[in-house]
This record gives sequence, C-alpha cells and structure tokens, in this order.
Amino acid sequence: MCAMKEKRLKTEKEPYVATTDSCKLCAPLGACLAFKGVESSVPFLHGSQGCATYMRRYVISHFREPVDIASSSLGEKHAIYGGGPNLKLGLKNVMSKYHCGLIGVATTCLTETIGDDTSRLVKEFKDEFSDVMASHGNPSIVNVSTPSYAGSHVDGFQSAVRAIVDQLASNVQAGENTLNLFPGFVSPADIRYLKEIVHDFGLNPVVLPDISETLDGPAAAEYEKIPSGGTPIASIKGMGTALSSIEFGRCLANSMSASNILEDRFNVHSRRLGTPIGLRETDIFMNALEEITCRKTPVKYELERGRLIDSYVDGHKYVSGKRAVIYGDPDMVVGLASFLTEIGIKPVLCATGAKCQHFKTAIKAVTEEILDEPPEVLDNVDFFDIEETAEKMSPDVLLGSSKGYKLARKWNIPLVRLGFPIHDRFGAQRICQLGYKGTQDLFDMIVNAVIQATQDRSPIGYTYI
Amino acid sequence: MTNTIFAERKDQVHRKGEEPFQMACDKESLAGAVSQRACVFCGSRVVLYPITDALHLVHGPIGCAAYTWDIRGALSSGPELHRHSYSTDLQESDVIFGGEDKLYRALTQLIERINPKAAFVYSTCIVGIIGDDLSGVCKKVEREKGIPVIPVESEGFKGNKRAGYNAACRAMFQLVGTGPIDDISPLSVNILGDFNLAGEIWIVREYFERMGVKVVANITGDGRVDDLRRAHGAALNLVQCSGSTIDLAKMMKDEYKIPFLRVSYFGVEDMADSLYKVADFFKDLDPEIMERTKALVRDELSELYPKLKEYRKALKGKKAAIYVGGAFKAFSLVKAFRLLGMTVELVGSQTGTEEDYKELHEITDPGTIIVDDSNPLELSSFLEEKDVDIFVGGVKERPIAYKLGVGFCDHNHERKEALEGFVGMLNFAKEVYSTVMSPVWRFTPRKQAISSKPQEMDVCHERKAIKN
Repeated sequence: MCAMKEKRLKTEKEPYVATTDSCKLCAPLGACLAFKGVESSVPFLHGSQGCATYMRRYVISHFREPVDIASSSLGEKHAIYGGGPNLKLGLKNVMSKYHCGLIGVATTCLTETIGDDTSRLVKEFKDEFSDVMASHGNPSIVNVSTPSYAGSHVDGFQSAVRAIVDQLASNVQAGENTLNLFPGFVSPADIRYLKEIVHDFGLNPVVLPDISETLDGPAAAEYEKIPSGGTPIASIKGMGTALSSIEFGRCLANSMSASNILEDRFNVHSRRLGTPIGLRETDIFMNALEEITCRKTPVKYELERGRLIDSYVDGHKYVSGKRAVIYGDPDMVVGLASFLTEIGIKPVLCATGAKCQHFKTAIKAVTEEILDEPPEVLDNVDFFDIEETAEKMSPDVLLGSSKGYKLARKWNIPLVRLGFPIHDRFGAQRICQLGYKGTQDLFDMIVNAVIQATQDRSPIGYTYI
Repeated sequence: MTNTIFAERKDQVHRKGEEPFQMACDKESLAGAVSQRACVFCGSRVVLYPITDALHLVHGPIGCAAYTWDIRGALSSGPELHRHSYSTDLQESDVIFGGEDKLYRALTQLIERINPKAAFVYSTCIVGIIGDDLSGVCKKVEREKGIPVIPVESEGFKGNKRAGYNAACRAMFQLVGTGPIDDISPLSVNILGDFNLAGEIWIVREYFERMGVKVVANITGDGRVDDLRRAHGAALNLVQCSGSTIDLAKMMKDEYKIPFLRVSYFGVEDMADSLYKVADFFKDLDPEIMERTKALVRDELSELYPKLKEYRKALKGKKAAIYVGGAFKAFSLVKAFRLLGMTVELVGSQTGTEEDYKELHEITDPGTIIVDDSNPLELSSFLEEKDVDIFVGGVKERPIAYKLGVGFCDHNHERKEALEGFVGMLNFAKEVYSTVMSPVWRFTPRKQAISSKPQEMDVCHERKAIKN
C-alpha cells in the first residue's frame, strides 16, 4: 500500500480518484531518455504518432536540443489488426534514413493493450529483413515493455537501461580498466563530471546512459542526424569484462537493477550506492572508487571536499532551521534529503509522483543520523496532494522541477529548480548537482535563494548580507 | 537532398516552378519518418483547452494529461480551471477490468471540488481499445450534477490532429443552442479559431468594439461555457485557423443558418481584409460601419508604418522558412514576410489540405519548397540548402534551427508575444529583427564555414607579411 493511501486512511478522508497536476510522466518517456544516451541510437515508440510528438516536445523544452523519436504511427486499422507491419516498416525506414547503430523500441499503452508481442515482432523482423539489416551495418535493436498505465517515467528509464544491458552486454573485451557506471537519470553536466572523476581514478568509465553530449551538444556546421556521443555500443557489449559496476539508486528495486544482471551473468561485482548529492553520499562514492582502484582520492577532489565543508560553515546560519519541501524522482529526492539535513535545513516533506516501495526506507536511512524525527514521506502523489500536505507545514523553500512553480508563487517562497523537467528556466542541461562540485553549486544556489527571499521581503534593502 | 526524402513522401514535397503543381496531403504519417504531427487527442485538447471555466478531464494513462498541462499560453480574464491537468491516471487493473467506475468517481469528486460550468471528458487511445462507455458515464454524471458533461471522442490513433478538431467541434456543438439569446445585438459575431495566446483575442475584440460589432462567444480563447451556449444568437461566425473550428461553423450554418466568413488576424493585409469583410457583411444594418472601419485601419496603419520602417530597412532581402501546424498561418506569414521585404524559401504545414497547398503555390515565389507533414531530416536539409536567416515554427522545430545557427520565431501556441492585429505585425517585425540581426550567428560553425575561405586567405596573407 502506498504511503498516500495509508495517510488518507488515517485521516478517514476519501482519496481523490483523479490525478490533478501530475508529479510523474509516463514510462515510454523515460525509456526514450535512456535510449538517447546510447551512441548512434534512435528511440522508437511502438504506438500512435501523438506519443512520440508529445514526448519530443516535452523533452526538447527541457534540454533545448533536437530530440528525434520515431514512431510506428499506428492508425485505426492497425489497432484492430495489429501493429506488426507498421513496426517493421518503421524500423526499415529508420535504418534507411538515420544509419543508426541501435534502435530502442519501447511499447506504449496502445500496443500493450492490443496485444502486440513486440519481442516476437522484433525477432521476426531480424529474420525477415536480415538483408536490410546487413545493408545498414546490422544495427542492434533493443526492445522494452513500457505500458504507460504501469509505473512512471522513472520505471521506464530503468527498464530501458536494464533491457539494453540484458540484450547487449557480453564478455567480449572492449577496453582496459573499465568501470560500469549506472547513474540513473541525471543531467548532462552531472555525467560529464562523473566521467571526469572516474578518469581521475585511472579507470575508463562506461556510463549508461550517457546523455552528456547527445542532449547537450555543441553548435553544428552540418546537421547531425543523430547527435554524437552516447555510450558506445562496443563498450556496452564489453560491460561483462569490467572491473566492477557502480549503480546509483537507493530506491532502485533489485529486479530493476542493470548491474545485477552483470553480476549474475559475468560475475562483475556490483555496488549499489545512493545518488551522490551532499557530502556523505559523495564520500561513499569516492570511497567505493578508492576501494576499486586501491588509490587515494586525487588531491583535486580533496580540495573540492574541503572547500565544500568550508562553505557549509560560512553559509550555515542563512539556512539553519529552514523548512524545505522536496519533490521529484525518488533517488534525486533521497539525495537532496540527505544533503539538506547535512546543512541544517529540515526536509519537512519528501514527495514523489512515482510509486516506490523503498522510498520511505531510503529517506529514513539518509536522514536519521542527523534528524530527531523523520520527515513526512509520500509516494504516488500529485501536486494537489503536495499542496494540501505542505500548506500546513509553512515551508521556506521548494526544491524540484519547474512544475512546482505555481505553489512557490502562491506561497511566495523560492523554488530551486532541479531535476526534470525545467520548462521555465534556462540551462537545465548544465545544472550539476552530483559530487563535491555539484553539491557546492547546489549549496550556493540554495543559500542565495534563501538570502534573496529575505532581502526581497525586507523593507530596508540591505546591501550587505 | 533527394536522399533525405522517403520515396513514399516524394509527392508531399514540391518545388515551385519545376513541374506542374500537384501535391499529396492528408495522408497517414509514414512509420519511422519522425513526423512533427501529434494525434487526435492533441487536436481536441488544444481546441477545447482555452475554455476557462470547464473541467477538462483526460480519461487515460497519465502521459496524455501530463504532456498537455498548461502547455499553451491561452490567457483568461477570469477563471483559470483550464490551466490544471486532470487525469483518471489509468492503471493496469483499470485496463483489465474497465475504467468506467474510476471515471465516474473521478468526475463526481472533481465537479464537487472545483464547481465547473461544464465538463469535457477526453477519450484516449486506450479507452478506445478497452471499450469504456464514455457517453454512458457522462450522461449519468450530467443527470446527477446538473451541468453539461460532454464526451470528446479523441482516441489518439483514430486519425491525425484534424480528426481531433472535428471531435472538439462536435463536443462544443452540444453546448451551442442551450442558452438565452434575447438580448443579443443584430450586429454580433462569434470569434472562432482564436485561442487568446498572449491576449490576442482581446486585441481583435477591441477592433470590433470600435466598429460597433458585439462579440457573443470567443471560441475558444478566454472562452466561457455560458457564451458557447448562446453562440447561436450571433449574426455571423468569423473563422480563423482553417482546420480547428471550421466544422463547428458548418454545423452552426446547417442548424442555425448562421453564415461564416474565413478570416485571419495575422499580418496587415489579412487583418484589414478581415475587418472590411465584417463591415461589408453588416453594411445594410449599419450604413456607417464601413467608414468607421476604414478610419480604424487608417489610424492603426498610420501608427504602425513609421515604426515598421527601420525594421524593413534592416531585414530587406533576408530569407525565411516556415513550417507550422495549420496552413492558414502560413498564408499570412508569407504575406507578412513580404511586407518586411523578405523572401520565403520554404513553407509547409503538418495538416494542410489540397486547397491550402494550392493557395500556397499561388502566393509563393518560384523556387520555394512547399512541404506537407515534414520531419527533422527534411527540414534540416531544406534549411541548409536554402541558407535561410530565420525559421518560423514551434517548439519541435526550434532546436533544428538553432543547431544550424539559424534564427527562429516561435509562431506556435507557446508564444508570449501577441502577433495578431496591427500591433501584432509590429511585434512580429521586432521578433524577426531580434533574431535575424543578432550578432551570435557569426560565431556559429556553419556561418564560419560559409565565410571561412576568404578569411583563410587573409590569414595566409598576414602570415606571409610577418615572414617577410
């Protein structure tokens, strides 16, 4: 039973059946984002044309980059007689125009409900059109089941990452000293920084998915059909030969873990860590890298860590005792909750739109060392629920996607925009919030947001704060 | 170039002057071609969404409602129910056992909580498959709650956006004719196909006010349920946006004998023409209306033209590309660019009709590419080939232009600047100027590649000079 329903039973109020202003998106969108992080890959939705177009629009508004998502564009007759022929035609067309290395096929509510067996259809395609496949360099086709009526975009993302590993990974050596890193859905800037850290430990990172260039690319002289970057397919195939795997996500269910597959099949040791936001979660990540490499953390990061602690001290009084509401994808919320408690901000409400059975335990695990009483934790909620619950808590600051702006405006408190989507600000793809450096940026942002709110409300107009 | 266009799509692309004009359109999008089109649900949702005091409940999985939450800037002068996103958020068990009970409970609870004037219940792909009796549930709730509860047959896969427009019109038509019309002026119109983006319908309404014409219902920008109910009392329907509301105008013509006129409020020419058409329609009832209208246009133009002058000077000879949802906007844009002294190199739409493309063919210059239901690969190759200075489109087209170092103007429904009316022409000129004349383009790789040859020679020359 989800936390929201539990709470509702306690207050004996009939829960609202409808979702008002959703705090989650549907599973196929998450799958498309994961496929965008593989080199030379085209996400492909098996469903009606609208899904692909809507998701493209939604994702483009956040990243401000071209995002092509192909569709089998099913019409009424396909809904009745099956979508197989259009799926196959679509696959052929994508191969002929995009010259891609991988097509990531995700299902939608339509094709799941009409009973298309997509795995079988993809197999059939590979047999029937082996000549077409060969003439286009035998691109990989990965398929994942993502009915929009089950789970959220977070589940879709994780399912796609898992499917990529499940269907492609092998023990064919593709590089020396490689480390598999499954960061979850984080920003392109975060991924760039993570790769830098892993490199500095003397390892070759294989980050899946790697959206650092595909969703934050440079200006181009000629239009790239598929943006450069992404996890090389050869590297994914070599994941079974890595020294070790690190997977972020305290909320990730074992059954959804990609690193577990590698451990089971190829005996690649897997470490499941929290998303490294804040000092303590980053320490755990750096310790893991020290263990794997038997090397000390490079001085560069020791300095970043030292500066971060120095700033915690310099800034602590501005934020001490402030009350924050955090909402968004479960693992980001857990990371933020961990970080906020470190700096003396109380996360009074931690909320996610996804259904997530490990959410509450994870929040408790990262906050109990410092907080006397645990924060209110809700999963499977919408913005109506968040508003209703948070209103009584008189929060000082909101942290989460841009979709909470209406609440921030209503309560006249700052919203620190993090996660996905950010549709009303610039530079979302460049927000770095992981590691010591990302936490530093985050800390500065939050302190300044609180200072600005105080300054704006003051009749004095202080010029020194 | 030819390699970019699918064989199946060859007859949906035409270059004016190269062969006799013939274009295919209104086809289903090609699988795997990454069409820029949306779906039936999208068509219905965007047309009905600006009705501000209705509940808009999407019966389906969460995505359909989430991706359409407050996406367009349709402003309201009062209620803002339309800015929320309500969904039945169907789960696996609902798909297996049916979603009717959930829909019933969701509807009754929401109506009690937010007290809307009416409710629109949108069907989505999956509802069409599992076979929920949408209209049965709607009828039941309507009886119990005493407000109109209207099903919208917008299953995503049952056609493209245009089928969704039709479903929206059928839904609205259920409201028309249910309100009192005794006090409506004989000099009255309904404004159809304007969505009050950036407050545009307010600009147009002010013109009609100055002409002495009353507006009964805005359909649908800043729209109200009660106004729709009395829309059949208007003397004339003015239909903008060829696809979205023409079906409603036709239904009202058949049922209530209300004539309609096709209008456009974009660009000086079309805006003035539209006002004159209305004046002409009412000239027997009000002999002075034409004089008042002429004076209005004169006043507006005498204010506008001096302000446009500088922009025209700067923009003369620049090249534009246009790709929009409905073709009607393209007509006005071609004329608007001409007024600015610019040429149009590419023009296309997602859902244009044969008539639309004929008209585009007539008003464009030789060499212009005309395209139906295009995709990113085609659009990017056209932009590169024609080396345009600005691309006009929507959110999905913007990154294609920017990636190539081409200016962009958002003429989609997310715009925040009013582009309609005479003042809209000025705003348009400002926006075109602000992007085309920006200094940033000179730094982009494509522009540097174009201008690199002479630069390299300069560098060599200087190096030589240094050596010597």
